[in-house]
Amino acid sequence: MTEKVFVGQSVKRLEDPNLLTGKGQFLDDLKLPGMLEAAFVRSPFAHARFTDLDIEDARKMPGVVAVYTAKDLPDVMQGKRILLQVPNPAITNPITQEPLASEEVCFVGEAVAVIVAESRHEAEDAAERVIVDWDPLPAAGHCDTALKPGAPVAHSDMTDNVAARFSLGYGDIDKAFKEAKHIIKERYVPHRGTGHPMECRGVCAIYDAVSDAFRIWSSTQTPHNTQRGVVDMFGMPEDKVRIITPDVGGGFGPKNQVYPEEMVIPAAAQMLGRPVRWTEDRREHFLTTTQERDQVWELSAAVDDDGYILGLKGSLIHDAGAYLPWGSIMPYISATTVPGPYKLGSYKIDVTVAFTNMVPTTPLRGAGRPQAVFVMERMCDLIGRELAIDPAEVRRRNFIPADAMPYKMGLTYRDGAPVIYDTGNYPESQNKALARAGYDTFPERQAAALKEGRYLGIGIGNYVEGTGLGPFEGATIRILTNGRVAVYTGATPAGQAHKTTLAQICADQLGVDISDVDVVVGDTGMMPRGAGTYASRITVNAGSSVRTASIEVRGKLLKMAAAKFDVEEDDLECVGGLVRIKGEQGDSIGFSDLAKMTSGMPGYVLPEGIKPDLEASAYFTPPQATYSNGSHVAEVEVDPETGLVTILNYVVVHDCGNVINPMLVHGQVQGGVAHGIGNAILERMVYDEDANPLTTTFAEYLMPTAEMIPDCDIIHMHSPTPLNPLGVKGAGEGGTIPAPAAIVAAVENALQPFGIRINECPILPQRIVELIDAAGTDKGEE
Amino acid sequence: MKPAPFKYHRAETINDATGMLASLDNARLLSGGQSLMAMMNLRYVMVDHLIDLNPVSELAGIRIDRDRVELGGMTRQRTMLESDEIAIRAPVIREALGFVGHVQTRNRGTVGGSLAHMDPAAELMGIAALYDAEITLTSTRGERTVSIADYPMGYMTPNIEPDEILTRVSFDLWPQGHGYDFREFAQRHGDFAVVGVGSQLTLDDKGEIDRAAVVLIGVDDGPVRLNDVEEALIGETPSDDLFRAAGSMAAKQEMMGDALITADYRKRVADAFVRRSLTNAAARAKEISHA
Amino acid sequence: MPDGKHTREINVVVNGEPISAAVEDRYSLADFLRKVIGLTGTHLGCEHGVCGACTVLVNGDAVRGCLMLAVQAEGCEVTTIEGLANADGTLGKLQQAFMDNYSLQCGFCTPGILTTLTAYLRDHPDADEPEIREALSGNICRCTGYDTIVKAALSVAAEMKGARA
Repeated sequence: MTEKVFVGQSVKRLEDPNLLTGKGQFLDDLKLPGMLEAAFVRSPFAHARFTDLDIEDARKMPGVVAVYTAKDLPDVMQGKRILLQVPNPAITNPITQEPLASEEVCFVGEAVAVIVAESRHEAEDAAERVIVDWDPLPAAGHCDTALKPGAPVAHSDMTDNVAARFSLGYGDIDKAFKEAKHIIKERYVPHRGTGHPMECRGVCAIYDAVSDAFRIWSSTQTPHNTQRGVVDMFGMPEDKVRIITPDVGGGFGPKNQVYPEEMVIPAAAQMLGRPVRWTEDRREHFLTTTQERDQVWELSAAVDDDGYILGLKGSLIHDAGAYLPWGSIMPYISATTVPGPYKLGSYKIDVTVAFTNMVPTTPLRGAGRPQAVFVMERMCDLIGRELAIDPAEVRRRNFIPADAMPYKMGLTYRDGAPVIYDTGNYPESQNKALARAGYDTFPERQAAALKEGRYLGIGIGNYVEGTGLGPFEGATIRILTNGRVAVYTGATPAGQAHKTTLAQICADQLGVDISDVDVVVGDTGMMPRGAGTYASRITVNAGSSVRTASIEVRGKLLKMAAAKFDVEEDDLECVGGLVRIKGEQGDSIGFSDLAKMTSGMPGYVLPEGIKPDLEASAYFTPPQATYSNGSHVAEVEVDPETGLVTILNYVVVHDCGNVINPMLVHGQVQGGVAHGIGNAILERMVYDEDANPLTTTFAEYLMPTAEMIPDCDIIHMHSPTPLNPLGVKGAGEGGTIPAPAAIVAAVENALQPFGIRINECPILPQRIVELIDAAGTDKGEE
Repeated sequence: MKPAPFKYHRAETINDATGMLASLDNARLLSGGQSLMAMMNLRYVMVDHLIDLNPVSELAGIRIDRDRVELGGMTRQRTMLESDEIAIRAPVIREALGFVGHVQTRNRGTVGGSLAHMDPAAELMGIAALYDAEITLTSTRGERTVSIADYPMGYMTPNIEPDEILTRVSFDLWPQGHGYDFREFAQRHGDFAVVGVGSQLTLDDKGEIDRAAVVLIGVDDGPVRLNDVEEALIGETPSDDLFRAAGSMAAKQEMMGDALITADYRKRVADAFVRRSLTNAAARAKEISHA
Repeated sequence: MPDGKHTREINVVVNGEPISAAVEDRYSLADFLRKVIGLTGTHLGCEHGVCGACTVLVNGDAVRGCLMLAVQAEGCEVTTIEGLANADGTLGKLQQAFMDNYSLQCGFCTPGILTTLTAYLRDHPDADEPEIREALSGNICRCTGYDTIVKAALSVAAEMKGARA
């Protein structure tokens, strides 16, 4: 069919030439005539009411064009809040943000006014002149304390901080705990971090009064979500609201949510009749962009003498932050991810989602899974410790065997479908990882090092990840009259190279080079329906749609050419942008000519059965999630005198089914591990008891640097899924998900001589030293 | 994150700069800018006038006259890091500079800027203390010299009058063959040190320590010379026990705690790092006959 | 506060091209490049001197574009990512190595990393992996996990060594 196959090859990225020469077009790079720049006035309090907002001084500042507070926004926006993205009956209090707070602010950084000026500098000058009469209120701090009786409420009209409650599980949990020889209990506390794409957020809007329509550029992962939000807020028809994503400098989850600024900036553009842009700065990003991972788990495992887990039960408190833009999705994912690759006899978890006066939480690379994997894997380690069984062996005994696939767990996933693992070989995944990591010989390395006063440790993290969620992501393929192939899709890349991947899939079906394929992404004007980039779903969904639509277009090309040459379609092939009769020097016709013929050329009558335009659309709708899996093994050295952790070796086994571009999957895994290392030993978003953020610069919140991240030793397994035509699974988050579990286990293992347990992440050097001191068995010899 | 408005002034000579500083209200000097500009971008610092010292060529340079070094205030950190003379005569400075920021910030950052900014974790403050340096300040009123011991006045508050410029820092070199070490603890390269330690010592022909200097940074407003540790080392032969005792002594210092790092943790790290630093300094020292 | 907007006329050579332009005193070099002369290839990632995305070369040396004022660049030669390609428009050696080694994902930090490495490899053609990692320690990349960036730098270093041999 084709002379060159792109799928499965590490082809170079179509995105690179622009990005390597400074020709990328990120949000803040856009130049629109007459554009104004905005800055926001934000709350310095975690919780406060305000009575008077004096904007008169600010209005008079040089360069200022307008200052708006909540009451100055258009009538249609009055009293409205941002659309709840994922409603759920378990949510008792579905409160989202106002575009601008009207009388109460519920986290530090919540906006109360916007300044629009000729330059960002001038807008910031004026923002300093807005005088707010604040009346501070008690604030709800950590989710654990926020649920205690008498705790301050996060919103003054609430009676408590419960945002949602639900329970889920399967099997006879009471029986398991009655019969088990050992009941092992532990409390786990994973902490908040942030996504921190290197490009912060940003919005730019134009309002066209003639057609009463918005054009909005946003640095988002989900333009169609933003469109839904704007449509809801302004009460406009969808075809009057076009959202375009320029190049996006990283997402990692927090750009998958509809933000207040995406409402306020269009409103300002509408009221002023000029383009208005707001570019988030890093401090605003620390204060206002969503975060994730604060949870408190109390777990008990019912275990027999051989380490088989008969039952696992407990409670999970999840920190929603001040608002619920994403509903209760993350704790739901956490709760359903816990069993992972293990055949738990029974399972029961009670979940409470708590409001606090911190930045709202939404999915962040891993989305509730890193925490779930952390608690499950740490529990496996604890079982091993209590019963004197090697932690790898505990896992081995509890794995779901490969021949049990497809495996129905007994839970319902967030997409409403039952959790059925489609394919994968979990025991083999761990075996390969352990073999590559030299797990069997590690005790010798550890003992030898200890003789020199060095503390080495090893840790394991296994995970199963539901990926490729629906509902759908579509693609339209069109042969243009210049002969090039256009792919339109709702996929919205932020570094994942969707243009390259989707071009590979399309090019193979149409027999063209990938350089002949133009992939148009993230523009609601070009693709009316879309979901967006999150949940490791694009290759599964958009990739499958591209394949299906490409095959349909190829059928049209062949049918057209068959009519022209009066041959059977089977006698034709698509090669190099031509349809030609098979065999040497067969007649051919270019895509360009065929496209012109079908595009309404006067005098040309379409052959029977051929519809206008060489175009097809497909919306792949997966029947359920497809489950990726993997195993990480980390080997670390810990300096017990300072608590410094150095990662010596890091092995990854990664199974995401078939791979479209191995180079890109490698990058997703390596980059994901780097993020996971941050979550394990570096990145901690610190708030004080009153919910005031204390880490608001990159000097305080530490991101992984080149010196800290090892080259991961990555082994790929391929268990293709039957659930989509490409056999692919998601690859974007697996690098991050088990990393904190594996690394923290390795740190604990290294510090065995001190007898400490680590049940939190990230684990920072100071905390390691505190734990050693608390253990009181100080054997700290160098 | 854009700075508040200010008027920029370019000084070409020290006289220019002192003149402007004396006559302009709410003025601030700009040297390397690697701390100041960040604070201005964050609007933690707002000034009406910014006087740029970068064009003042007479402020830059390393001068070594026999056993005395004089560093001009505008000498770039990179220049010092790459100076062969510094590497040979005062290798601890090179070792310390390796911890100062990153390649990009050392290209702009200056010795005077670092001393005038006086971050508690400033490595160059530690170096100045280690060498008992003298700091020369110049104004339209003339020159004055302050010893490093009298220089810190409080948190990020050096002993510099509003009309004064830090023009140079000078100190006596240690003899050839002295042992040295500079190390600091931070989770990532280039970050503010939780604790930093600089140490130097000399050994006499019996192999006993006859001179020692140990300094901590990051633990108080300014660098802390460990005089008790230094005294305890004199006349002793380097040994594991000796340096272990030195570490314990260091950990008895009062240290500051903040929202992210506790005083207790600083003490723990200082304990280990003083020991390690002295151990390495002793290993590097050659026995010197003072006959 | 002094009245009015303070601006200055500056003369700089940017990517080989002499430029005279008026700029507000308070504009950073990065803001000048981006907003005044329209070279948006230099990116601002934190504006407090940590992330390194804004790194440009001033008289050949890597500096933070957010921590230097535009008015301080008077008389200087400035090189940005837009000036790294070969004269014929093809990708420069380092740029090509980034493409071949897949050293970027979102590409936002890439300008600062390319400029940093351009100066570093020029000054340290014999750099080994730990040295390259240290040289990169002032540039944050959230996407790649750095391995492919280090590989690209090492491949260029090897090529430079080969050319000198």
